[in-house]
Amino acid sequence: MLIRRATDLPSSELTPEGVYVNRRTFLAAAGAAAGAVGLGAIAGGLSPRALHAAVLGRQDPQAVGKPYGLQSDDKPTPWSDVTSYNNFYEFGTGKDEPIEMAKNFKPKPWTVKVDGLVGKPGDYQLEDFLKPSAIEDRIYRHRCVEAWSMVIPWRGIPLADVIKRAAPTAKAKYVEFTTLYDPKRMPGQQSGVLDWPYVEGLRLDEAMNPLTMLATGVYGRDLPNQNGAPLRLVVPWKYGFKGIKSIVRIRFVEQQPRNTWNIANPSEYGFYSNVNPEVDHPRWSQATERRLGLTGLDKLRRRKTLMFNGYVDQVGSMYAGMDLRKNY
Amino acid sequence: MNWRDLYARVRALREPAWFPVGLIVASCIPALVAIGALLSDVVGSTNVLGSNPVKATEHFLGEWTLRFLIATVAVTPLRQVLGWNWLAKHRRTMGLFAFGYVMLHWVAYALLDVQFDWNDLVKDLVKRPYIMIGMAGLVLMIPLTVTSTKAMIRRLGGKNWSRLHTLVYPIGILGVVHYWMSVKKDIEEPAMFAAFFVVLYAFRIWKWQVKRTANRAANRAANHTAAA
Repeated sequence: MLIRRATDLPSSELTPEGVYVNRRTFLAAAGAAAGAVGLGAIAGGLSPRALHAAVLGRQDPQAVGKPYGLQSDDKPTPWSDVTSYNNFYEFGTGKDEPIEMAKNFKPKPWTVKVDGLVGKPGDYQLEDFLKPSAIEDRIYRHRCVEAWSMVIPWRGIPLADVIKRAAPTAKAKYVEFTTLYDPKRMPGQQSGVLDWPYVEGLRLDEAMNPLTMLATGVYGRDLPNQNGAPLRLVVPWKYGFKGIKSIVRIRFVEQQPRNTWNIANPSEYGFYSNVNPEVDHPRWSQATERRLGLTGLDKLRRRKTLMFNGYVDQVGSMYAGMDLRKNY
Repeated sequence: MNWRDLYARVRALREPAWFPVGLIVASCIPALVAIGALLSDVVGSTNVLGSNPVKATEHFLGEWTLRFLIATVAVTPLRQVLGWNWLAKHRRTMGLFAFGYVMLHWVAYALLDVQFDWNDLVKDLVKRPYIMIGMAGLVLMIPLTVTSTKAMIRRLGGKNWSRLHTLVYPIGILGVVHYWMSVKKDIEEPAMFAAFFVVLYAFRIWKWQVKRTANRAANRAANHTAAA
């Protein structure tokens, strides 16, 4: 076996963003994976990507950003999990499908339409849309309605910036977001699994909350396609499906907009969809969650889900006096 | 070689000598893979099962339960179409493996997912229809497993035993419905399993109809003769 020292590496292979390969992990993984590969063919259900990752070892960039609402044991979820375990039905319904099916998606050039009840409507090139705001890196907790969670270093701008610039009229009470509809580029839209295009909505005060972000990146890099490139919503106190991806339109409206999962299954997915351990999903409990991307026995452990995903102080007052069981 | 010859050759296939042992060894492999991969991920530091190893293990074992149920149900149609009567004696083995996999599936759910919190287990069971349906399937498999020995077949008598073991058909339906209800909107995989059951059940119902019509005709003929 040829063992190269670090100095033998061409500069292109050095690690500009703290990319590293833990060699021991890699070797252990390679040994185990070699055994697993042979059986893998028979084991139809195991994801080839996971085998691939096990063979190559993890090459995770380091998280950057200011932590928001993190608990003492909240560590950023590795890049490989954040970018390979995705719900993005526009690129397939399996969690491991988007990373493959979105491979050739071109997120640039990109236009964002701002319209509805605003003083300054317009169609913006993404660069122009982002330019007036300072890009920030923030580490948020992320809780999926399916009872798994991650800790994600997002990069983006506060949605409030965009709203202020659009100058909504006094009539505007809600913000509606729309994903690109282009079945050729988003092959999942060729199936009728959801009503396309994906739409989501927030109350204006929720949209203006300082935590609400329009993300353009993750781990200090541009958003990978499977994570909703080039522009997605991040609302850390709500279930993940509220975080609409690949946004092409932001519309200000008077009536509460509909949202895709609510249309698909109104008894299971509401408009608010705030993380709430006391209100179960009809088919499973939301009291606990499984944190992904941990190692060893921690992979198996469940942890308690926190009210508003741990952001009570920042968002609780918006829902004072509301029946959260009714407004799930 | 024409199709008729090919069919005749396939029909003429005898049970290979390695088949009884091969079937058992092959049937154990998915379970060993699941356990090995999980141990490697949890005790070692691999990532074979992906980001959510608990769900991956659960689903993997659940799907193998359905595969063994399909195999069990497929034995009679295969005998009828291909004439492989030697498969009959392996049907119980396949059924037992279906039970083994459903138990592993349940252990994965109870131990890894719910972490043996009896409170949660009971709550899940009474509150969640898809868990109820899955458990109903599992429970119905218990009498079939208990009566799978030769002694039990003798004790029950072939006819009663066969009647009891037609339970495998509702069990298959419960299994697929359980899977179908557990997914959010990604019904492709449960639909694939459902398709297998639909084809096999349709075949059984068709055969049963043909037999019933034949019996009736025979009875009628017998009556006519008697009347004359």
